[in-house]
Amino acid sequence: MYGLGLAKGLVVTAKNLVLPSRMMTIQYPDRKVGLLGLSKATDTSLVDLIRKDPVNVFKALLGIADVKTSLPQHPRFRGEEFNWYEQRCTGCASCAKYCPLGIIEIVTSESGDQMQEGQKYHLDKFDIDIGRCMFCGLCVEACPYDALHMGSGFEEGKYRRQDLVIDKRQLVSAKKKPSTWFRPQLSNKNYDPHKGKNVKWDSAGRHEKPSLQQQQDKWAKR
Amino acid sequence: MMEIEILRSGFDFLGIYGFFDGFMPDNLDWLVFLITSVILAMVIINALVISTALLTWFERRMLGRFQSRLGPNRWGPFGLLQPIADLVKLLTKEDTIPEGADKPVFTLAPIVFLVPALIVFAVIPLHGSSFLGRLNIGLIFVIAITSVNTLAIFMAGWSSLNKYAMFGAMRAVAMLVSYEIPMGISVVGVAIAAQTLGLSNVVLAQDIPFILVMPLGFLVFITAASAEMSRTPFDLIESDSELGAGYHTEYSGAKFALLQLTEFMAPVIVAALVTTLFLSGWRGYGPIPGPVWFIIKTFVVLFGFVWIRASWPRLRVDQIMSLAWKGLLPLSIVNLFVIAVEVFIFNPGEAGLSTRDLLIMTGINWSITIIALIVIFNVMGQSKLKRPEPVALPLANMYANTTVSKKATDLAEAD
Repeated sequence: MYGLGLAKGLVVTAKNLVLPSRMMTIQYPDRKVGLLGLSKATDTSLVDLIRKDPVNVFKALLGIADVKTSLPQHPRFRGEEFNWYEQRCTGCASCAKYCPLGIIEIVTSESGDQMQEGQKYHLDKFDIDIGRCMFCGLCVEACPYDALHMGSGFEEGKYRRQDLVIDKRQLVSAKKKPSTWFRPQLSNKNYDPHKGKNVKWDSAGRHEKPSLQQQQDKWAKR
Repeated sequence: MMEIEILRSGFDFLGIYGFFDGFMPDNLDWLVFLITSVILAMVIINALVISTALLTWFERRMLGRFQSRLGPNRWGPFGLLQPIADLVKLLTKEDTIPEGADKPVFTLAPIVFLVPALIVFAVIPLHGSSFLGRLNIGLIFVIAITSVNTLAIFMAGWSSLNKYAMFGAMRAVAMLVSYEIPMGISVVGVAIAAQTLGLSNVVLAQDIPFILVMPLGFLVFITAASAEMSRTPFDLIESDSELGAGYHTEYSGAKFALLQLTEFMAPVIVAALVTTLFLSGWRGYGPIPGPVWFIIKTFVVLFGFVWIRASWPRLRVDQIMSLAWKGLLPLSIVNLFVIAVEVFIFNPGEAGLSTRDLLIMTGINWSITIIALIVIFNVMGQSKLKRPEPVALPLANMYANTTVSKKATDLAEAD
């Protein structure tokens, strides 16, 4: 009555305009920043920025400088690229056996003539076809030596299907930022792959892999 | 500052004509006339198109903020180059004409739509005089020219051979013709109070801005004007949830660009008109020059239009027509009557109303405005409508032998 409902509607939209907390948009994969925003995003002082990167400073003055942004993800997010530690893997192929889709292909060969316990197979091939993967994570659960972890990224768009097959070379050279899914040793340390550093192979497992000497001692004591 | 100096020294038709006439031989008057016209046309078209492009950017950004999002921000600083990107996209599209369309009318409609908008801007005084000089029938000129866009919309809708375009065009004719009446009557109130029909003289008569002197007239004018340019909450001409796009459903390419340009140009012109008629035009305080005051006031009105567009839903067809005929028409007549009686009593003569007269009118008109609005709201308000109690179907035996079914059968028998 008396147009009060119209005024209410105007107040709602005016709140949207004024209050910055009502802004919902998260910009991705980059956002435009001004000069102060650029120095804050790159974590350098203004003077350093002007000395090092004058082109970007000029762009920032115009308001067209880009800063990469990422979408907030949970640390247990099961990402597309797998995390694999060559040093931990024995080539037992548990992951390949457990995979419901059979998309992990492992080819091993003997690494020497006189194999002893503690030594491992030589991995000729370790292919994961993430184009067909459903990210159930059974392979990660199955890995007895914590060599295989879920990844934390999701920007794996490719133009061809065969590019989606991750081979051994890619797995070795990828960034070691494992998801903490099914890895309590990482989540107990409050590790966040989206903020934290790379995890080295010797700190990624539940327990350390015993050395050859330790194994031999263990057998000798029995 | 350069442009402002030019405006002060008579940057209108007579000024430019006199400047060129000074050093051209007498037998070349036609050339002087041509040069002057071309210069003025260039200035008006460029000023309007650029301000319209800025308005589209401003409107989309502000709509985004009103709706908790960002709006265009990728292309250029703060997305400022977005209108250029849109223009390039529209101009590179194929210009299609539907089979069976009335081709000459179809082609002519965008031009008929655009030209009045440009012409109206030529008589709006930015500072002292408009581009065409001090036209002494400016108000009649504006009302006459703006009514042409009804014809253009109907041409576009009719010639498209499309049901939705036709619906949009028919709605447009019904609505625009209805809303022209209250708009015209509220403008007559301004003319009576200012004792003139020239837009420059209307501004000069506003010792107190007319928005304070006649708030009822302002309300009626701004409502009718936002219906005239078919913006929310009166955008049923091109209501995209019902009609596709209304009268420009079949348009594409450059013609569509022209139609969209005119549609976004309308708020600029209406805001300039509101500034002239009700917000005392270029007059302001302090050292800020007149054109800057004019632009600031226009901008404030535009912001109001965008705010309303972001907030209010569209009215139904019957609601729109009843608002025009039952709501705005009586209000505008009350406004006109009150102003006419007051001017008759004060009897200002040649000099026009003094500030004291305007102050007294302000006091009287505000109280009359509040009373008139309360009366109209009580007459038209939805809460006065008695809605019938919902009754279960007589055939529904779900509630057999209960009070509900008895009531229903009783009612059915009573009918």
